[in-house]
Amino acid sequence: MQEMKALRQPPALRAASAAFVAIWCLLAAFPIFWIAVMSFKLPVDAFAANPFSVIFGPATRAAGKGLSVFGIVAGIAVLWAFARFAMRKLPGYVERYTPTGYGALGWLAGALLLGAAFLVAFVGILPPVVAAIDGLLGPLGQPVIGLTAEHYEAVWVDNQFYRNFVNSMIVTAGVVVVSLTVGTLAGYGLARSGSQLAFWLLIAALVFRALPHSVLVAGYLPVFVNSAAILRPILGDAAPTLYGQPLAVIAVLVSINQPFTIWLLRSFFQNIPAELDEAARVDGCTHFKAFRWVIMPVMWPGVITTGLFSFLLAYNDFLVTSLLLDAQNQTMVPAIAGYFNRETTTTDQVEAVAAAVSITAPLFLLVMVFQRQIVSGLTVGAVKG
Amino acid sequence: MKFRTFAAFVGPSMFLMLLFIAAPLVGVFIQGFYVTQPVFHTVEVESCTPGFTEPICVVEERLQQRIDENGKAVTKTEFVGLDSYRNLIEPERAWNAIRSLDISDLLVIDFWKALRFTVTFTLLTLPLVVGTGLALALAVNSVARAIRGQILFVSLLPFIVTPVIGALSIRWLFIGDGILTAFLEWWLARDIAMFAQGWTIEILIHFYRMWHVAPFAFIVFYAALQTVNQDTLESAVVDGASWTQRLRYVVIPHLMPLIVFVSLIHLMDAYRVFEEIVGFSSQAHVISLQWLTYDFLVPDDSGNRAISRASASAMLTMIGIVILLVPLLEKTWRDHRAGLS
Repeated sequence: MQEMKALRQPPALRAASAAFVAIWCLLAAFPIFWIAVMSFKLPVDAFAANPFSVIFGPATRAAGKGLSVFGIVAGIAVLWAFARFAMRKLPGYVERYTPTGYGALGWLAGALLLGAAFLVAFVGILPPVVAAIDGLLGPLGQPVIGLTAEHYEAVWVDNQFYRNFVNSMIVTAGVVVVSLTVGTLAGYGLARSGSQLAFWLLIAALVFRALPHSVLVAGYLPVFVNSAAILRPILGDAAPTLYGQPLAVIAVLVSINQPFTIWLLRSFFQNIPAELDEAARVDGCTHFKAFRWVIMPVMWPGVITTGLFSFLLAYNDFLVTSLLLDAQNQTMVPAIAGYFNRETTTTDQVEAVAAAVSITAPLFLLVMVFQRQIVSGLTVGAVKG
Repeated sequence: MKFRTFAAFVGPSMFLMLLFIAAPLVGVFIQGFYVTQPVFHTVEVESCTPGFTEPICVVEERLQQRIDENGKAVTKTEFVGLDSYRNLIEPERAWNAIRSLDISDLLVIDFWKALRFTVTFTLLTLPLVVGTGLALALAVNSVARAIRGQILFVSLLPFIVTPVIGALSIRWLFIGDGILTAFLEWWLARDIAMFAQGWTIEILIHFYRMWHVAPFAFIVFYAALQTVNQDTLESAVVDGASWTQRLRYVVIPHLMPLIVFVSLIHLMDAYRVFEEIVGFSSQAHVISLQWLTYDFLVPDDSGNRAISRASASAMLTMIGIVILLVPLLEKTWRDHRAGLS
């Protein structure tokens, strides 16, 4: 892309633009950065009026919880080593050990292994080692920045947040897999059909996309709560109560997500020239074979992008999961509502902050890895309209 | 593609949408006219307390829930017509308030309160989001092309963060004497409590929505800016058009379809405002239509859900969605006709 001289702004405007962009970046990142900092401090520091108290945490440091210079250096070194390994070595290993055709699975396994190794090294091994060496270092081993992970420990271990995490993972994984399977089929059919019916189905999907989710949940609730009684004549005593079932929530989220999914996937399929499947058809493929063996292999970018948006919808959902699941098997986002409504002590509040940061961290990683796909998902739908 | 093949491809998706979107809609429409309540009956209860010479006994009538042989409360469902709707919008009271031009009296009723907020929210955030997105796209395009990757990364954060968490993260900056409240107090030299009155919470909610959606507008506009016709722009420069004129007559017309697209998407999404109410815990001051339905659906202390009222409020919310959708559908239909001919 050549330099767009013609859109060059006058100098005064350029200065204003630069300031505007800088302010925006600060504004965009600040709240998230700040809660991440808060979550590592004792309540006195976390809710202090002075920003420097929040960053350096004097009260936390006074309580003997903090990082020494050596600790900071060691932490940065481990982070750097892992980042370097992920950038330089990981792609090679993944390619060497994955059978051809399973590239996506190989990457997933590689990323999960690396993440687990990082957790073990950073949370399991590093703190005791640093503590031991700090004791030997004398003045250099004194904490300089107040920092404590006790709220994370309280949230994940004492309050069993990992159960909510597992529930979230079950629901999101289910939603992504089912919505992609059902959605790619429909998206392909709609992209290649061009009939009046296809047009009207897309319009119906557009209308469905606009519906507030609470409207739909108002329809599900009475049926789900009484489903055992309703289904008994058909299924006998095996009739399940759908209320509180993760599977029912997956079905609901997949359906709510379908309109958006098929619109997005249809746009991606339309970018693939129709000559490709025509050639396959000439060679004797059925529509399904052409779809599976000719179109799908070139469709991965679109599928990954759509999968990301399905993931986001399921992961971020509050309304559907909070109404259709019991308090006992909540996903993470509704579970955190329990924290901040409880907020009796300031410790509870900081625990809520720690839970919020725990929920945001995977999303942060997601943007880091998949930034390009997310951007393409946002623009492909728009440009195709 | 033959119809049978087409049906096989789209079948599963259509089945899911029919079962979980279309059918519940019909269900909600019907539920609005029926009320399911536990059955009560009066029983005579004699209660005696020991007295001086003989016990004092009182016989009184009490209402009791009827219980069936399994120990479950008996419920009955009856047709109530438009009663649930009437309970929700309280037409007489609302009409009186409107006639006497007493808006505050009207806004005591939950439904009107929610409608007022939802509509002002939708209309106010629209120019904020489109304007910020456009300004960002132009600014990044002109001064920060070299670091656009990093800017996109930072910008995506508020867009991708869980809405409830995003609202919470902003709330935590202001709660009590949080750093931003402390800063505002120092700056304006007065005592501030951001969560004690409705309008300050509303400002925060509007700001949150702008923070959350402007990245989407920014990315869409930025992508479109890359496809502005360079020749037209250069000839505009040769013709002596100033930067403002180039923007006004070349760039904006090029972006217009996308501005319309972003606006429509934003209108639909803003009308469904919900998570902000939860994140800011603003229900005492500010509520939205979708939150109203949600609140009816949450079980009360005795475990009952006001399904009928929730359905009524859901149906009334739908009317707004239909009004918003008409221009969009009209446009799609026109494009479709143009595409066919």
